[in-house]
Amino acid sequence: MNNFWGDSLSSFWSAWIIVITLGTIGISAWLLFANRKTDKTPDAEGNVDTTGHAADGIEEYDNPLPRWWFQLYVGTVIFSLGYLVLYPGLGNFSGLLGWSQESQWEEEVARAEERFAPIFAQYQEVPIPELSQDGEAMQVAERIFLNNCAICHGSNAKGGYGFPNLTDDAWLYGGAPENIVQTLNNGRNGLMPSWQQLGSENIENVTQHVLSLSGNAEDAERAEQGASVFASVCAACHMPDGTGNQALGAPNLTDDAWLYRAPGQSLADSVRQTLRNGRNGHMPAQAAYIGEDKVHLVAAYVYGLSRQD
Amino acid sequence: MSTAFEHPTYNYKVVRQFAIMTVVWGIVGMALGVIIASQLVWPELNLGLPWTSFGRLRPLHTNAVIFAFGGSALFATSYYVVQRTCQVRLFSDKLAAFTFWGWQAVILSAVVTLPLGLTSTKEYAELEWPIDILLAVVWISYAIVFLGTIKLRKTSHIYVANWFFAAFIITVAVLHIVNSASIPVTSTFSVSIYSGAIDAMTQWWYGHNAVGFFLTAGFLGMMYYFVPKQAERPVYSYRLSIVHFWALIMVYMWAGPHHLHYTSLPNWTQSLGMVLSIILLAPSWGGMINGMMTLSGAWHKLRTDPTLRFLVVALSFYGMSTFEGPMMAVKTVNALSHYTDWTIGHVHAGALGWVAMITIGSMYHLIPRLFGRTEMHSVNLIAVHFWLATIGTVLYIAAMWVNGILQGLMWRAVNPDGTLMYTFVESVEASGPGYIVRLIGGLCWVAGMLIMAFNVYMTVRRGEGARQPIPQTA
Repeated sequence: MNNFWGDSLSSFWSAWIIVITLGTIGISAWLLFANRKTDKTPDAEGNVDTTGHAADGIEEYDNPLPRWWFQLYVGTVIFSLGYLVLYPGLGNFSGLLGWSQESQWEEEVARAEERFAPIFAQYQEVPIPELSQDGEAMQVAERIFLNNCAICHGSNAKGGYGFPNLTDDAWLYGGAPENIVQTLNNGRNGLMPSWQQLGSENIENVTQHVLSLSGNAEDAERAEQGASVFASVCAACHMPDGTGNQALGAPNLTDDAWLYRAPGQSLADSVRQTLRNGRNGHMPAQAAYIGEDKVHLVAAYVYGLSRQD
Repeated sequence: MSTAFEHPTYNYKVVRQFAIMTVVWGIVGMALGVIIASQLVWPELNLGLPWTSFGRLRPLHTNAVIFAFGGSALFATSYYVVQRTCQVRLFSDKLAAFTFWGWQAVILSAVVTLPLGLTSTKEYAELEWPIDILLAVVWISYAIVFLGTIKLRKTSHIYVANWFFAAFIITVAVLHIVNSASIPVTSTFSVSIYSGAIDAMTQWWYGHNAVGFFLTAGFLGMMYYFVPKQAERPVYSYRLSIVHFWALIMVYMWAGPHHLHYTSLPNWTQSLGMVLSIILLAPSWGGMINGMMTLSGAWHKLRTDPTLRFLVVALSFYGMSTFEGPMMAVKTVNALSHYTDWTIGHVHAGALGWVAMITIGSMYHLIPRLFGRTEMHSVNLIAVHFWLATIGTVLYIAAMWVNGILQGLMWRAVNPDGTLMYTFVESVEASGPGYIVRLIGGLCWVAGMLIMAFNVYMTVRRGEGARQPIPQTA
């Protein structure tokens, strides 16, 4: 019997639970049986005498418990006792079936692995560029994408405020197959520090300079004045020509692709906000959630998104 | 004040106050329900403002219908029933008046704080700690008035309706105080003294017993007076009352864990919640049988008496939802129904079909008697209200059943490769038509309540007219 006893509770609390559970079920059953029968006889209408007292004119018959109701009650008690023999419930007694929600989950996952893992494994050896052309594989990949990635990147993969567009050619961390796999498996953390300390005059100038890199400057004079600050502060990550550095995830500022432009926000405002407050981008690691086999498929899907006509 | 309104023995003033507020809060609470139902169809109705967003109005809706509407109804009927069946005036008029004004103050505080986003985040216990303390004081005063009145009774027996009212009052005090225990941080923010799975278990011990004692035992007390009164028949079985009362209050206490199936709650706790929910079926049905069988020999009255129809249909919905509840507590059923609209449908089968219907039936019996009349202003309008309420409930429940099962099945559907067949947003899209039908059901309910308000207004006005001395003709 030892196998049926877990030890998650101390023996006192285990016993306590068993006693009050069986006590409650037992008392409610006793209540039922103790009041089952009446020795009074029914009147012409089939009702047993009233109790003799009236409350605000309301009398009460003393009819016996309906038989079907009595049986229903007994039935639920028998079911419950049977359930508590088979399943965990009575303190540390884990039930004759040895069932737990954890074991149920593990078994279901194992069954699913066995059934579905080969489907994903077959694509492992196919190189990503080739796999992205395989229509059937991409249908499977799209379903994975829609249920895991679309929440941030959108059903159409065009991203949103703070979430990269996966259909364009702007890659923060590189668009080569191995870059995409790396991003998916291990996630990414993008950090743009706050440059509040530069002072608002400099921030205005750098804002205009950044805009000028993609031909969006509104004030050429300020853009000019911002060049020196850009060279000394920003170029370390974004490169002197502003084309960014994929090894750091520092965006290319010349390609007119903007990650943090809120709906209705002007471009200048969004750059200004980035400079003042900094930005913090987080792509969660997927290997632990969906496994590397599925990552391989999704990587091919994402690879294909930006190479569609 | 004329004496026509002053009963020689009983305190009807506080009963009248609570009865009128039942109608007022019913309209407010259900109108809020219609607004948030509309927001689920047209999200623009959130208006882009924090105070009018779904997340803040939803707890306001639940607090308004459960505690403002249901609570006022329970205060009104329990104060009326305990006086009439104990043949004695309320224990203390002053304390009774305090419970009325105190309860309204609690509700008004909720109306202010919940849209401001001040919340303890516990479902059905959202109010922050200063309001919780006021609520506890009001509730203990209620217990003193009610139990004190029973103590003073001039009858040898305590009538069954009072058992249920007393159990409801005592248990709700315990539930509220234990679950709301928290450490204040500021005057509008506190932290629960429980954490993790224990906090969740305490919350649903409270949450399910709020259903069991506030929304079931309390309203069974109402049923045990107004059904035999309106039907003018003896209660079917005294011994059934005894068995199902004690079994109900003993077993309900255990059912909370079925809200936490397949969570970090220990396996044994989940199982006990499930089996005791199943045992709860028969004790719950005991009340339905006792109410229904009380009508034997009086069924013909249903043809002419829409008030009685309200009471009987309430019992039918009570029977249906107390069958549905134990079924949904079974783990395999719960695995499908949990987190879907089915739960919302189940709650409203109880809240609209049982709680609101039994309340409205009781009010149509009570209000004319409180205002010196024998009948409501218009019996036909009661019949119209009855059909609006019944159709509204059926539309509501059916829409949520369809949505719930649809969502449950869509969430678990998988492709041959094991990937999910539908994304979450597709299940939201598929729920759209159900949300529209539910909204129509809600509109039926609000329309019915407005008709009731008119009928009550006319009844009260005529009642006041009756107070005036009849002019002597020469």
